Amino acid sequence: MKVLLSWLREFAPIEGDPYELADHMSDLGMAVEETRILNPLEGVVVARVADLRPHPKADRIQLVDVQIENGDPMQVCCGAFNMSVGDLIPFATIGTVMPDGMEISQRKMRGEMSNGMCCSAAELGLGSDHDGIMILPEHLETGAPLMQELGLVGDILWDLEINPNRPDAMSVAGVARDLAARLDVPFEIPEWKVPSSGAAEGLASIQIDDGVLCPRFTGRVLRGITVGKSPLWMQMRLTLLGMRPINSVVDVSNYVMLELGTPNHTYDLSLLPNGHIGVRRASDGESITTLDDQERMLQPNDGLIVNEADEPIGIAGVMGGASTEISDTTDSVLVELACWEPQSIARTSQRLGLRSEASARFERGTDWQINVTAVQRFCHLLNEVTPGGIEIVGEVLDVAGTTPDSISVPVRTSRISMLLGRDFSSEEIRNLLTPIGFDVENTDSQDVQLVKIPSFRPDTETETDIAEEVARHYGYGKLGTTIPRSPDAGHLSPQQKLRRVIRQVMTGAGLIEAMPNPFLAPDDITKAALIVEEPVRLLNPLAVEESVLRPSLLPGLLTAVAYNYSHRNMEAKLFETGPVFEASEDSSGLPLETEHLAALISNADAFAATSLLKDLASTLKLEFQLTNVDGLAGLHPTRGATINIGDIEVGSLGEVDPAVLRSYEIEDRCAWLNLRLDLVIEAAISVEGVSYQPVSTFPSSDVDLAFAVGEQVQASEIEMTLRKAAGEELQSLHLFDVFRSGQLDEGVRSLAFSMRLQAKDKTLTDEEVGVVRQRCIEAVENAHPASLRA
Amino acid sequence: MSVYDQIAEAQAAAVGEIEKTSDLESLKAIEPMLFGKKSTLGGLKRLMGEVDAQERADVGQALNEAQLFVRDAHEAAKKKFELSDRRAQLETERLDLTESLHVANRGHLHLVTQTMERLEDVFVGMGFTVSEGPQAETDWYNFEALNLPAAHPARSMFDTLYLDLGERTEIGDGEGGEATNILLRTHTSPVQVRVMESTAPPIYTVCPGRVFRRDTADASHMPVFHQIEGLVVDRGISLADLAGTLNEFTAAYFGGAISSRLRPSYFPFTEPSAEFDITCVICEGEGCQTCQRTGWIELGGCGMVHPNVLANCGVDSEEWTGFAFGFGIDRLALMRYGIKDLRDMYTNDVRFLEQF
Ligand SMILES: [Zn+2]
Repeated sequence: MKVLLSWLREFAPIEGDPYELADHMSDLGMAVEETRILNPLEGVVVARVADLRPHPKADRIQLVDVQIENGDPMQVCCGAFNMSVGDLIPFATIGTVMPDGMEISQRKMRGEMSNGMCCSAAELGLGSDHDGIMILPEHLETGAPLMQELGLVGDILWDLEINPNRPDAMSVAGVARDLAARLDVPFEIPEWKVPSSGAAEGLASIQIDDGVLCPRFTGRVLRGITVGKSPLWMQMRLTLLGMRPINSVVDVSNYVMLELGTPNHTYDLSLLPNGHIGVRRASDGESITTLDDQERMLQPNDGLIVNEADEPIGIAGVMGGASTEISDTTDSVLVELACWEPQSIARTSQRLGLRSEASARFERGTDWQINVTAVQRFCHLLNEVTPGGIEIVGEVLDVAGTTPDSISVPVRTSRISMLLGRDFSSEEIRNLLTPIGFDVENTDSQDVQLVKIPSFRPDTETETDIAEEVARHYGYGKLGTTIPRSPDAGHLSPQQKLRRVIRQVMTGAGLIEAMPNPFLAPDDITKAALIVEEPVRLLNPLAVEESVLRPSLLPGLLTAVAYNYSHRNMEAKLFETGPVFEASEDSSGLPLETEHLAALISNADAFAATSLLKDLASTLKLEFQLTNVDGLAGLHPTRGATINIGDIEVGSLGEVDPAVLRSYEIEDRCAWLNLRLDLVIEAAISVEGVSYQPVSTFPSSDVDLAFAVGEQVQASEIEMTLRKAAGEELQSLHLFDVFRSGQLDEGVRSLAFSMRLQAKDKTLTDEEVGVVRQRCIEAVENAHPASLRA
Repeated sequence: MSVYDQIAEAQAAAVGEIEKTSDLESLKAIEPMLFGKKSTLGGLKRLMGEVDAQERADVGQALNEAQLFVRDAHEAAKKKFELSDRRAQLETERLDLTESLHVANRGHLHLVTQTMERLEDVFVGMGFTVSEGPQAETDWYNFEALNLPAAHPARSMFDTLYLDLGERTEIGDGEGGEATNILLRTHTSPVQVRVMESTAPPIYTVCPGRVFRRDTADASHMPVFHQIEGLVVDRGISLADLAGTLNEFTAAYFGGAISSRLRPSYFPFTEPSAEFDITCVICEGEGCQTCQRTGWIELGGCGMVHPNVLANCGVDSEEWTGFAFGFGIDRLALMRYGIKDLRDMYTNDVRFLEQF
């Protein structure tokens, strides 16, 4: 919403520094996006188009001769084609500095001299109209400075951002009311008196069939209409506020809407049988041809204006119909000033793609009590701008539907003070509310006042809403600041702390955290060789390529590694933590969402993944058991294993299937680790705080054993057997060498383990160590196809 | 030859031997000649018995002095040889430390994670906990409980992505009031609702996390981005408490030169509502292009939790009041490093990621 100081001043004697006034408006919740002081724009003058010629070498520009005063015409090159010979236009002479800072100079355009610039309204900062050169009213004097001639010099234009809960501020008068209250100056909407004659009875009638749709419909019959140009001052105000002047009737209509926040409409009375207008909701299958000559299909909740024959002649609050449109020959009109149910307007205008200045106001809720004033203002203005005046017939036609109840809210001074954190007195509250239209009455209780909500603030309904009004007009910034303190110490949960630890383990191992898109294309799942019965799909994705919620972190990380490969970043060691989604039959309807940790390490074999898992195991003090499994989804068919913590499977690791890598154009092996982060964290929490083992002070003995073991046996199985057989003296055990060679039997490899034995309470004798050693050898040889290598 | 001359001669001979050595080894080899009973000076001890009783003390002292002299000469020679050995050894061990070969670098957390953790740490320091919730949500948690019933016009402020649940999908504007639409949360506010439902006040928590909007990606928008919201519910919580808390956060996160202010605004879930601005971090309030010469930049929205929201979560709004605030994490990350295009954070290009 844009407002002009001179217009605001028609409602309240507002004065002050333009930027200070802007700060006040921002502080009242009407954020000022731009403050513009209308400068004289020296050098821009009124000029007449003397001749128009094509440019000999360019199609997109034409040559214009402009005449200033009585001098010789000057040739200008111009990219617009909307003017005719004889039109008055704004002309920037050489040396003019335009509002955007550009200086106009004499220059050649494709061989033709250009001696200035013909200006659009937007180029002059007089509105948003970029389409074509501004055509000025006839009576201006050629050669005169434009801004002086337009009466704009020194005026101030503010561009305000109005929140959806402030329908009142969608009007010049409403902004004036708020600002006047802040500045403590009087505010008043004038009573526009218009002389009327005759009687409207029999000429027009209004019938509301749905009072919820239309709480009030006010109309008036006007005769002696001549559709012409509106006066310059009106055209300028409309232009500055962002609307394009059309003709006197349309301009008056828009002017009243901007001024009072009340959209309105005019019907050619001669095209309305018996002047009858009805209001009802549309029924299925109805349609209407709107003003823009489009056929519009209607739906049952759309609000409809109908004629005597019950035929649609307008979509309520959204757009009029073509059948009753006024034209150059119109003599009598019916002015409509109606209020509409905001939700109905919002739905209809949105569905039909007909959002407008009018629908924006109806959607927020217009003031039903200003109807008559607004009709009077319409009549008053049209009378003023029509040469010879118009005839205003009879009384105002005013039909009520279901008008909103007048609401009075008991407001506790103590509650307002508590909510805002400052002690207000009842009198202060009253003094803040009264100037913005809230009537405040005393009650029996000292603490409670009764606040009557004005009709132009339909958003305000409760004591809390009133608190906002008090705060707004007192000033948010003046309320002061206090800091509340939680009775408990701030902290991260154990899960959150461990998630951070796990991420640190990943970065410590040289991995970089990636954040791939969680939306996948349907093909991505098969491309990554995943098996997902029913992935979770989006109902309204932006694109098919982003229509599935990831069931695994694999496709996203593969895409990220592939991206890096295509940019020659071959060292892509990436990890990610985050939820994956799968369909669920849960009664809430929510999909199953589990948090995973995944790592994809390019140019590395599966042992890069096991090494990463060992880092995690040692940091989290967890024991992971691996089981080699062929053909895990997405994984290298013979280089994959599942990961368990005890009985619970918590993930898998290995290498990515070479066929999958090929489809992502990744030429190297990639190690892969995937863990259910939630399960790992829970397991880590369960071992936290388990008591420590005192370090033995007695010497330890090392035993190395190498076995020839059949390939069908996992190394971890031998390790398990050794661990059991060694007993409580085993201090540590690890695999330190693996080799395959022709010296060994077919299908057999050598696994060498190193064991450290140590007792808590004594030095182990050579004999005792020998016993353990022998026990281990026998256990392995008995349990597995394995033999000790000499 | 007097006794004293004999001692002097023996001392000179010993020193002469020491001077003839060239390294620790040869020095070691002559040690029996220098010290002990078999050495010349040691042999002279016998002279003690050959002199008068009154002269014995003088001879003893002369012998002692001679022995000390030889010992010092030996010690000095030993030190000299050790030093030159060390020098020779060190020279053989000389390294060019710039010859270090390429090894894999330590990894990096994503810029968004780093920013999120920084924010969490500031709020934990202020007495908050950190709450989390699902990313796929019901219409109730994302909208209705937050005072955004099905037909509320403000719903159009959120371009929502819905999930296709097959036959279970109920799309439309849900006018029946029984909407069970499942959607991707458009803000982390549903976590606030879940916390209020499950926890009795007082509540001091922040809800960071991933949120979704049906927005085409451009330099300043992503369909997937991150937010942090805060919620306080306690007895007597006021708008001044909100202003004070945001001030404290702003100073802690951005530094003392940056402060915050509130401006009236509108959100369906808060009343009174406010936008909160912080001093422009580029110009520190002087006015620049980033802040459009105002000295302030808009950071997020906030307000007092709407009584309807409290009621929807089973909190008695007469006994308890609260405030909530929220802002984008991605934008803070961009601001901190002057990153121009939000999309750069999500290409996962390691050349970008490893800079943070
Ligand atoms: Zn700035």
